[in-house]
Amino acid sequence: MYTYIVKRMLMLFPTLFGAAVVVFLLLRLIPGDVCMLKFGGEGGYADPEQIKQCQELLKISDPKIKQFYDYIAGFVRFDLGKSMWTQQDVTHEIAIRFPMSLQIAIMATFVSVIIAIPLGIISAAKQNTLIDYFVRAISIAGIAMPSFWLGIVIILGLLIATQAWTGVPWMPPIFYKPIWVDPVHNLSQLIWPALATGYRYSSVATRMTRSAMLDVLREDYVRTARAKGLIEKVIINKHALKNAMLPVVTVIGIEFAFLMGGLVVTEQVFNLNGVGKLFVESVTQADYTLTQSLVMLVVFIFVMVNFVVDLMYAWLDPRIRYS
Amino acid sequence: MKGLAHKLGAAVLGATFVYGATSVEAAAPEYGGNLNIVVGSKIPSYDGHIESTFGMIHPIRPFYSLLIRENPDNPASPTDFVCDLCVGDVPKGTEGGTKFTFKIRSGVKFHDGTPLTSADVKATFDKIVNPPKGIASNRKAYFKMVESITTPDSETLVFKLKHPSGTFIPAVAMPFNFVYSKKDLDAHGYTWHQKNINGSGAFSFVEHVQGSHVKGKKNPNYHHKGRPYLDSYTALAAPKMSVRLQAIRGGRADIEFRGFPPKARDDLVKALGDRITVQESDWNCVLLATPNHEVKPFDDPRVRKALTLSIDRVSGSKYLSNIAIVKTPGGIVFPKHPMATPMADLQANIAGYGKDVAASRAQAKKLLKEAGQAGLKFTFLNRGVDQPYKIVGTWLLGQWKKAGMKVDQVVKPTTPFYASLRKKGDFDVSVDFNCQSIVNPIADVSKFLPSAGNNYANFEDAELEKIYDSLLKAGTAAEQTPLLRKYEKRVLNDLASQAITLWWYKINPHRSYVKGWKIAPSHYLNQSLDNIWIDSAEKKKQGVN
Repeated sequence: MYTYIVKRMLMLFPTLFGAAVVVFLLLRLIPGDVCMLKFGGEGGYADPEQIKQCQELLKISDPKIKQFYDYIAGFVRFDLGKSMWTQQDVTHEIAIRFPMSLQIAIMATFVSVIIAIPLGIISAAKQNTLIDYFVRAISIAGIAMPSFWLGIVIILGLLIATQAWTGVPWMPPIFYKPIWVDPVHNLSQLIWPALATGYRYSSVATRMTRSAMLDVLREDYVRTARAKGLIEKVIINKHALKNAMLPVVTVIGIEFAFLMGGLVVTEQVFNLNGVGKLFVESVTQADYTLTQSLVMLVVFIFVMVNFVVDLMYAWLDPRIRYS
Repeated sequence: MKGLAHKLGAAVLGATFVYGATSVEAAAPEYGGNLNIVVGSKIPSYDGHIESTFGMIHPIRPFYSLLIRENPDNPASPTDFVCDLCVGDVPKGTEGGTKFTFKIRSGVKFHDGTPLTSADVKATFDKIVNPPKGIASNRKAYFKMVESITTPDSETLVFKLKHPSGTFIPAVAMPFNFVYSKKDLDAHGYTWHQKNINGSGAFSFVEHVQGSHVKGKKNPNYHHKGRPYLDSYTALAAPKMSVRLQAIRGGRADIEFRGFPPKARDDLVKALGDRITVQESDWNCVLLATPNHEVKPFDDPRVRKALTLSIDRVSGSKYLSNIAIVKTPGGIVFPKHPMATPMADLQANIAGYGKDVAASRAQAKKLLKEAGQAGLKFTFLNRGVDQPYKIVGTWLLGQWKKAGMKVDQVVKPTTPFYASLRKKGDFDVSVDFNCQSIVNPIADVSKFLPSAGNNYANFEDAELEKIYDSLLKAGTAAEQTPLLRKYEKRVLNDLASQAITLWWYKINPHRSYVKGWKIAPSHYLNQSLDNIWIDSAEKKKQGVN
C-alpha cells in the first residue's frame, strides 16, 4: 500500500511537467501579448516603444527556451511569479479566490450527493415504474441543461418572483464575504450557484448510481440475501449500496476536481470571484504566468482527487489490494 | 399583447429620461450613504499615467485630484473646463498663447497628510511629459508642445509651450493625469503608484480585493468644501453585462458608468419604471473600417472610396440605435463639438454621406469597375466583442453587399485581433476604433495621421502630415476649424484612408435615488464622485438597503 502511494506521488512530477510543457507552448501560439492589450486595449495610442519596454520588463521578448527555464525553475523554488496584468503575486491572486471556489465545490458536491444517491437507489429499486421514469427524466434534464443557463434562470426567477411577491426585486449578493465573516451574506450568495451546478452534477451521479445499483441487484449474493428472507431495505443499504458506490465515487471525484477550476461560465453568471473566472481573465489578458500557474493548480487537484478516489476503492471494496 | 405594450409604455413614461446634463435637480443634496458601482473591466494597475482603461478610472479616479477637469456640473459640454487643484478660472494662454500660469490652491493635503504644492503638480506633469528612461507614460504624446514646466513659488505652476496649441488645455484636463505627491515619487520611485494609492481626491482608499471590489471612504479634508456628499463608495467588479444590469435591477448596485445597450435600458425601465433614471449622451468613441493600403486592391483609392460610398449611415443610425450603442453619423470630429463638421456640409462634400444612397452605391460600383474590381471579394476583420463591434460589423457586411461586394467576416478574440491589426497587418479591411476621454478634436484626429502609431491603414501622405502640422500650431478655433475641415476631407474623401461608421451613444440607467451625477460624452469623465448624493427617503421607498 505504501509503495503504491509513493509510486503515485512520484508519478505526479512527470504529469505536472507534461502539463507545463503543453500549456507553455499553447499560450505562446496565441498571437499578441499582455503589453499590447494593456497599452492599447481601448483604442488609445499604443506607443511601440512603450510596448517594447513592457515586453522587456515582463521578459516576453526573452527567447522561448529561457522563458520556459524561468517558468520551471520558478515552480521548483515554489515561486509562481507575478501576474503580468496586475503585477501582484500569483499566489496572492489565487489565494483570494481559492476559498470561495472550494466552498462552492463542496456545497455543490453536497447538493449532488444528497440528490443523486437516494434518487439513484429509488430509481434502481423501482425500475421501470413511474417513479423510475420520473427520476430518469429529472436526471436527463439535468444533463441537458447547462448549469450557466440554469443560473440565469435562477437569477431572473428570483428577481421576478420577489418583485411579484414583495414589490422589491431581490438578487443574490454580487461580492463575496467569507462564511466566518457574514454567514447569511455568504450563503445567500453561494447557495444558488451550488444548486445550479449541484443539480447538473447530481444528474450524472444519479444515472451512475442507478446503473451500478441495477448491476449489483442482479448479483448472486443479492439473490441469496433475498432467498434468506432479508427485507429489501437491508439488502440495499447493507449489501448492495457499498458495492455499487465504486463508479459513483469516481464520477463524484472527477466532478469535484472539475468544479475547482471549471466553473468558468457559472462564476460569470453569478459574478463569483473564483478560480474559473480568474482562468478566463488570465487567458483573455494573455497573462502567461497566471494562466500557467492556474493550469498547474488544476492538474494538481485532478491528480490528487484521483489519488484519493483510488484509495477510497480499497475502503469500499476490501477485495481491492494495491501493490 | 396590447396590455404588455401599455405596461411598457407606462413604465417608459414613469422612468426619467435625461439627454446630456441639462436637467435641473432642485432638491438640496443630502449627506451620507454608500454608492455601489458596478464596473465591467479589471484594474491593471492604479497608475493613471500608464493606464487607459475605464476599469481603472471608475474605481480609482475618486482617490485623486486633477489640475483642471471637465465641469462636473456641465460635463456634456466638450469645452467647459474648470479648476480642480488650481484657483479661479482655467488660465488663458499669455505671450501669444505659449504660457499658461496656474495658481495652485492652498491648504490642500494628500490623504497621508502631506500638503500639496505646485511642486507636486510639477513632479506629476514631469512624469507624464518627460518620464525618465524606462518609465512608461501613456499620454506623453499629447504634450509634445510643452517646452518647460516651472514653479516660481509653491502656489504657482507655469507651462511654457513651444508654440500656441489648441490641444494643450484639453490634454491637461484628461482624467488620467492624477496628481501625485512629489514626496512619494522621490521616496518610492516612479512605479510606486502602480500598486499604492495616495491622492488628494474626494475619497481615500480603504481596500481593494482583486477581482471583487474597491472601497473608498469620504475624505473629510477634501478641497472642494462641502463635498463629497457620500460617506463611501464600493466599486464592484462585474465583467458580465447581464450581471451589471441585474445588479441594478436587484438593488445590489446603484449605477454603472460605462453604459448599456438600448435593449438593456428598456428591460430595466420596464422592470423598475420610475425607480430608474436614464441619462443619455453622444459618446466620444467611433468605429472605423480601416482598409490595409498595403494589400491589393486597397492600395487603389477608387476601391477604398467604394467602401465608404456603400455605407448608408443615416438609415444605419435609425436601425442600429435600437440594438447597439451607436447612433450619430458624423465626420472625424466628435459630432457635438463646435468644431465638428455639420451634417449638411458632410452630405455636400464627403463621399458616403450623400442623401441619395442609391446614387452613392451606383458610384461605388462604377469605381470598382473602373479599378477592375467589380464584385470585389475581401475579408473583414472584426473584434470578438458584441457591443458594438459584431453588430456594426454585420451591418457593414450588408452595406457592402448592396454595392455588389462579397465580404467574409473573421471575428477574432481581443488578443489575436490586436496582433493582426497592429503587428502582423494580415488583414484586408479591419474594424478599428477611436475612443477618447476629454474631447480634444485636434489630438483625437491624430489617429488618422499616417505617421501616428495607432493608424493601422499602412500608408503615407505628406499632404495630410502638412495640414496636421499647421493644425497643431493654430492657436484659435477660428484658425483650427478650416484646417480641420481640410484634414477631414483629405482623410475621408480624397484618400478615403479610413471610413467612419457611426459614433457611439452612451446610455446610463441608474437608480433614481442617485442624484447629482451628470452624464458626460465619455465613460472616463465626471468620475470623481464628489457631486453624487443619495436621496435616502427615495432609496428607502424603493426597498433598497
